[in-house]
Amino acid sequence: MIQIENLWKRLGDTEVFKGVSLEVKRGEFLALIGMSGTGKSVLLKHIAGLMKPDRGRILVDGIDVTTARFRDLEKIRSRFGFVFQNGALFDSMTVFDNVAFPLREKTSLTEQEIGVRVRRELEQVGLTGAEEKVPSQLSGGMIKRAALARALVRDPEIVFFDEPTTGLDPIIARSILRLFDASHKRLNLTGVLVSHDIPDIFGIVQKVAMLHQGELVALEDSEGILTCPHPVVDQFVHGRIDGPIQYK
Amino acid sequence: MLVNVVRRFGAAALFGISRVGRMGTFLCQTLACVATPPLKGRHLVKQIHFIGWKSVFVVCLTGLFTGMVLALQGYNALKGFGSEAFLGPMVVLSLVRELGPVLSALMVTGRAGSAITAHIGIMRINEQIDALELLGLNPLRYLSVPNLLAALITLPLLGAIFNAIGVFGAYVVAVKLLGMASGTFFGEMSDHLRMQDLWSGAIKSVSFGAIMAWVCCHKGYYSSHGAEGVSTATTGAVVTASVLILVWDYLMTAVLF
Repeated sequence: MIQIENLWKRLGDTEVFKGVSLEVKRGEFLALIGMSGTGKSVLLKHIAGLMKPDRGRILVDGIDVTTARFRDLEKIRSRFGFVFQNGALFDSMTVFDNVAFPLREKTSLTEQEIGVRVRRELEQVGLTGAEEKVPSQLSGGMIKRAALARALVRDPEIVFFDEPTTGLDPIIARSILRLFDASHKRLNLTGVLVSHDIPDIFGIVQKVAMLHQGELVALEDSEGILTCPHPVVDQFVHGRIDGPIQYK
Repeated sequence: MLVNVVRRFGAAALFGISRVGRMGTFLCQTLACVATPPLKGRHLVKQIHFIGWKSVFVVCLTGLFTGMVLALQGYNALKGFGSEAFLGPMVVLSLVRELGPVLSALMVTGRAGSAITAHIGIMRINEQIDALELLGLNPLRYLSVPNLLAALITLPLLGAIFNAIGVFGAYVVAVKLLGMASGTFFGEMSDHLRMQDLWSGAIKSVSFGAIMAWVCCHKGYYSSHGAEGVSTATTGAVVTASVLILVWDYLMTAVLF
């Protein structure tokens, strides 16, 4: 479903990707891991067509998002849901209006039908009763839940999660991951998840890819990644201080 | 040594050209959105309220004191030549042709333009603009177009309010404080003020509105990350828009009026 072929990208003096290739199959949930600043979020933005690579292709069902025209990109994006790291809720709108926004702008549903779908989605993420709150009145966990509701309200086929549990306490973080897992199973989504929640995320994804210094150093299933012999992967997933990764 | 100087000069020139090109592209894309409905009516009304209605007080205040100081300075200068009777025309022509459009545009740039840049900049750093794009929507339709249209509509009206209040301020100083006859003040004014003066002022206000909205939206849209990026963009927007308004004013006055 998603094929990344020989992706190269330089940002300033940093070579973010040096020939990254990766495939995510339909219905698969992939976790992207790696040190901070290795380009995990940048890779998500490339797949979503928000950034253009210097070289390489990204195919979504055979359509290259790096060269797609605006109308084609619009069609592809209508199948995407994206949960941003900080939620990216529109701060001048209530939770209800945030979730209703994609339906109001991109569908011909009536206000009544929109209301039913928004309330259903908010119920799924446990935000019933928070409809009239604005983002500044929400906790971190509620923002992520509202963002998930907005991402899922148009029944997307592919969902991207960019560090959805960063900054949350362990209980809320786990409940958010469980929610993603339930959504993935309920809707048979294809998903790409960027997270540092190791090993919690290994329980909900089928594959794990690790980026390091612009290259893909591992692509394993969630059990295989824990026993991967690559020294960088081994140090990272087990959180060892000593090893090839040196923090300055 | 020489090669380095040439290299730096070339890099700076290329950077400058790319920025100008980006601003031009941004304007063209915004105009393309204006020309292709749907326009976002609710956003437009909101921005007319924000740029126009909320600027009325500051524009009135500026207009009042501008008119008052014009009358005070003009009266003392004209008195030396025994031409106090021309105070009315001097005040009204200064206001209608230049000070009304320019000062109201500068005040709106400082009050509303900076807020527009900061708002769009914060949306950029909070990824709200990315979220709009990922919903398959053109962010310019929601952010740039309503601001541009609202500025085009409100700036001429604010300029007219500035002029009216400015004339009132001049009247208070000239007639009530300095003892000039009100018939002389207004009589000479109506003899010298032509329809073309009013039109030139209105056209200037419209073009200043376009400059303000264009520059401020562009700077916010391309804010770099972080609070410092938004603050730099906001300062840059106000300075660039203000300077462009003054330069454009000179060019319009020299070429058209």
